[in-house]
Amino acid sequence: MGLEEAFADEPAFVPYVAAGDPSIEASKAYVEALERGGADAIELGLPFSEPIAEGSTIQGAVVRALEAGMTPDRYFAFVEDLDVEVPIVCMTYYNLVYQYTHPETGEQGPRAFARRSAEAGIEGFVVVDLPAEEAGPLREACDEFDQDLVFIVAPTTRGDRLDRMADHVSGYVYVQARLGVTGAREDVSDQTEQSLARVADWSVPKAVGFGIKTGEHAERIVSAGADGVIVGSALVDIIADGHAAGDPTADVADRLEAKARELKAGALAGARAEAEQS
Amino acid sequence: MSTTKFGEYGGQYVPESLMPAIEELTDAYERYVLDNEDGFTDEFRERLADFGGRPLPLQHAESLSARYDTEVYLKREDLLHGGAHKLNNALGQVLLAKYMGKERIIAETGAGQHGTATAMAAAHLDMPCEIYMGETDIRRQRPNVFRMKINGAEITPVTTGRGTLKEAISETIRDWATTVERTHYVIGSVVGPAPFPSMVRDFQSVISEEARAQSREKEGRLPDAVVACAGGGSNTMGTFANFVDDDEVGLYAVEAGGSSLSVDEEEGVAPNSASLSTGDEGVLHGARTKLLQDSDGQIMESHSVSAGLDYAGVGPELAHLVDEGRVDAVNVDDDAALEAFHRLSQDEGVIPALETAHAFGYLEEHADELGEFVVVNVSGRGDKDLETVLEETEKRDLEVAPDMSVLREVSGGGL
Ligand SMILES: Cc1ncc(COP(=O)(O)O)c(C=O)c1O
Repeated sequence: MGLEEAFADEPAFVPYVAAGDPSIEASKAYVEALERGGADAIELGLPFSEPIAEGSTIQGAVVRALEAGMTPDRYFAFVEDLDVEVPIVCMTYYNLVYQYTHPETGEQGPRAFARRSAEAGIEGFVVVDLPAEEAGPLREACDEFDQDLVFIVAPTTRGDRLDRMADHVSGYVYVQARLGVTGAREDVSDQTEQSLARVADWSVPKAVGFGIKTGEHAERIVSAGADGVIVGSALVDIIADGHAAGDPTADVADRLEAKARELKAGALAGARAEAEQS
Repeated sequence: MSTTKFGEYGGQYVPESLMPAIEELTDAYERYVLDNEDGFTDEFRERLADFGGRPLPLQHAESLSARYDTEVYLKREDLLHGGAHKLNNALGQVLLAKYMGKERIIAETGAGQHGTATAMAAAHLDMPCEIYMGETDIRRQRPNVFRMKINGAEITPVTTGRGTLKEAISETIRDWATTVERTHYVIGSVVGPAPFPSMVRDFQSVISEEARAQSREKEGRLPDAVVACAGGGSNTMGTFANFVDDDEVGLYAVEAGGSSLSVDEEEGVAPNSASLSTGDEGVLHGARTKLLQDSDGQIMESHSVSAGLDYAGVGPELAHLVDEGRVDAVNVDDDAALEAFHRLSQDEGVIPALETAHAFGYLEEHADELGEFVVVNVSGRGDKDLETVLEETEKRDLEVAPDMSVLREVSGGGL
């Protein structure tokens, strides 16, 4: 299944977690629970030591995952081990792509990374610190190995930059709902609708992320025209709390599944509301 | 047009939300700094003179010249207002932020020298200012913390990682991504996404503009060697910039060798900050450059006795000049830097910053290879480092260290 198809029938719910947070085994259980809760695709973080676009919640996840021993090669093995059907999108930072050495071919760089990703069954990438201007080598590698390359459109993105990204993007476009770093918020930003309007004529599905915390947020965002919602920090908070309290993995997985259901239900309600409006 | 790359190095590897601000900054850099629009450069030069105290001397160092049997000159950036070369850049960028209509200044700091210079420039130009500083650095550079507070800056401690410069930069980038529309990020060295490396170099190149002319005045010719310490590399690029085209002038960038040049992959720790000499290519904080990283590409925790050199990356232009063979990347360990700190203080009456001391450590070890006329950049003065130096000197058996027992003899004297 391609990334675009995850959005085909109904609004998609796309959760983010960091692979290996707080341990390899627990993290595997959490990803599988998110699929059971209704995830249509999963943004699976490959942790990088300098996560400059993340707020404190996801920084915490990255630290826990690195401490649990997550590395790029273990990440690919982790994905191969996962018992999920929905597409996996690798979310990371460029240095890990740039440094990656393929264990068999010995090749280094974006092409090696895209090859290994394809072998592991990954379907695309979000590389947080790779603007369209610098994305040439990875875009080529993605074409060769049939991977999608998702770009983030920020509230500040306008004009030429939008056109450049429209040329490079595939899979879906990640519409950043507000300025700043990742982190769950109490309200829905009114920058969302303006950002959605700027990409309205793009052919790829539009997924909105940054700050979405509740089913009600998801509903409002989908009714504003999004094709899907991306939720990270609100889920990572559940993992962090469970880890801090020493709760059994199965209990935390149940909480994640329930939260996923709430968010997916919100997205579906948003689609109904949008249909009624039009 | 300015370029974003130095060979393969440099570029703009930043989250999308920052790209428009970086385009806006590029436009402002080209108009005001490169083309002197609205008289920006004239105002900058005037303020550097009146507020900063430029031009600064190129001083003949008599004792060192005798010791090494070569003419040693000191470029006295320690005499710049604030006590380090940092004000050249901070004043330029805060002024540029004003021209751009920004309302707020943020900056990271390691040693606290850049934070101090930025706080001073912000007070001077009436801009609110917030400084991010790692916890470890707050502890080891207290005098600068006081100075920043006294100049009215807010200080936000950064607690992630080892709490040094790398984490402070990451946290400042996060602030900028949130507040970018009205805030300017005054980056402290020739690092970060384009146009920062070029722009910071241009503001700092007043060092070599003066030093080059002063060399001609004092010795009737250009130096055989120019030596500067390198953390991110801003004093380094500033000291080299106007000599780069003079092939007969050797350029030496002295990095912190820390306690050892080897690395601990398991722990992700490099007990040094020698990214130019030992690092390899990667992407950090917006630029492709030489980095201390493990084989997966995770950034290592660097170490140096001097907070201002304690950084896992380095400016992309410097990395390029090293690859081209134009600049020699060398390094000096903690012990040699401390020795050099004491020697310069005793022999020349100049107490250097610990960062600067690395340049003099290199002179001590390699003076005989540097020719007959050597210029060393005194990037800053050492007042901020006195506590660290006393502590670190106690731990070692250094030849030239002063006897500090007087402090033990009076009650409350410390140590
Ligand atoms: C006195 C002094 N010299 C040198 C440095 C290193 O910075 P750079 O390599 O950018 O000149 C610092 C940094 O804080 C400093 O305070």
